[in-house]
Amino acid sequence: MSDSDPGDSPRSARDKADFKRELTQVVPHLRAFARGLCGRPDMADDLVQETLLKAWAAQERFEPGTSMRAWTFVILRNAYLTDMRRNRFRGEYDEGVAERILTAPAGQEEPIHLSDLHRALLTLQPERREALLLVGAGGFSYEEAAEICGCAVGTIKSRVGRARAALTEMLANGNIPRRSTEDDAAHRAILEELDEVAAGNLSSTRG
Amino acid sequence: MASDRKPPPATPGPPQRAPEWADGLKQLYDSVVEEDLPDSFKDLLARLDEIEPKRAPGQGGGGSPSPDDRGARP
Repeated sequence: MSDSDPGDSPRSARDKADFKRELTQVVPHLRAFARGLCGRPDMADDLVQETLLKAWAAQERFEPGTSMRAWTFVILRNAYLTDMRRNRFRGEYDEGVAERILTAPAGQEEPIHLSDLHRALLTLQPERREALLLVGAGGFSYEEAAEICGCAVGTIKSRVGRARAALTEMLANGNIPRRSTEDDAAHRAILEELDEVAAGNLSSTRG
Repeated sequence: MASDRKPPPATPGPPQRAPEWADGLKQLYDSVVEEDLPDSFKDLLARLDEIEPKRAPGQGGGGSPSPDDRGARP
């Protein structure tokens, strides 16, 4: 009897269990990233479920020891772009969630209203929004974010910088659209941007 | 004129550092991370064991029905 070569054999039960444990650990992060990308909790969770199924199916392509969070974020991002193109998904946001966590940071006289921040975030160009989410919220390095988005580090830096500037300006001037769904011009712009982003990025996705 | 004066360390130009709302961004993210996982996720995770992962490319087969073929990269 020969020992089975793990390189060629189907995934062992142990491989699968390890993978599943890691996958389970990143689910909350996937939900947070998805929520930031598309704003609506129900759609975000659908996206995460889709991501989990895709990740599970593709688990042989995951290299143990590398970042499960980064790997699954790529899958989620691609699923998001695909869905956006297909459904012409509307960039709605969930006011309830933002209001619920509207706790004033300790020691700040004028708390930033998180609902404003969330709304402003959703008006950003999609590629800037995701760059800011990855770096500013998810805590990824510029290098990791570049890897996830399949672009150059300098591009990520530039996107984050522009996103920060845009948010700062919106929040400082109170120039925040009331509802992104009612702002047809912004909405159209977002969708147009998205087509470009999706077209460009999907074709450069690592196979 | 006052050439001996050092330039101020920070210019009032565009912010280089994360502005005050940066914390809010993390709050938004963390608030979701800390949420209890909905049952639908627990169900899905439990169901994964019944789904056979795809074989790596180049190993033949490939005809297995999969719930997530749509949009998958070849």
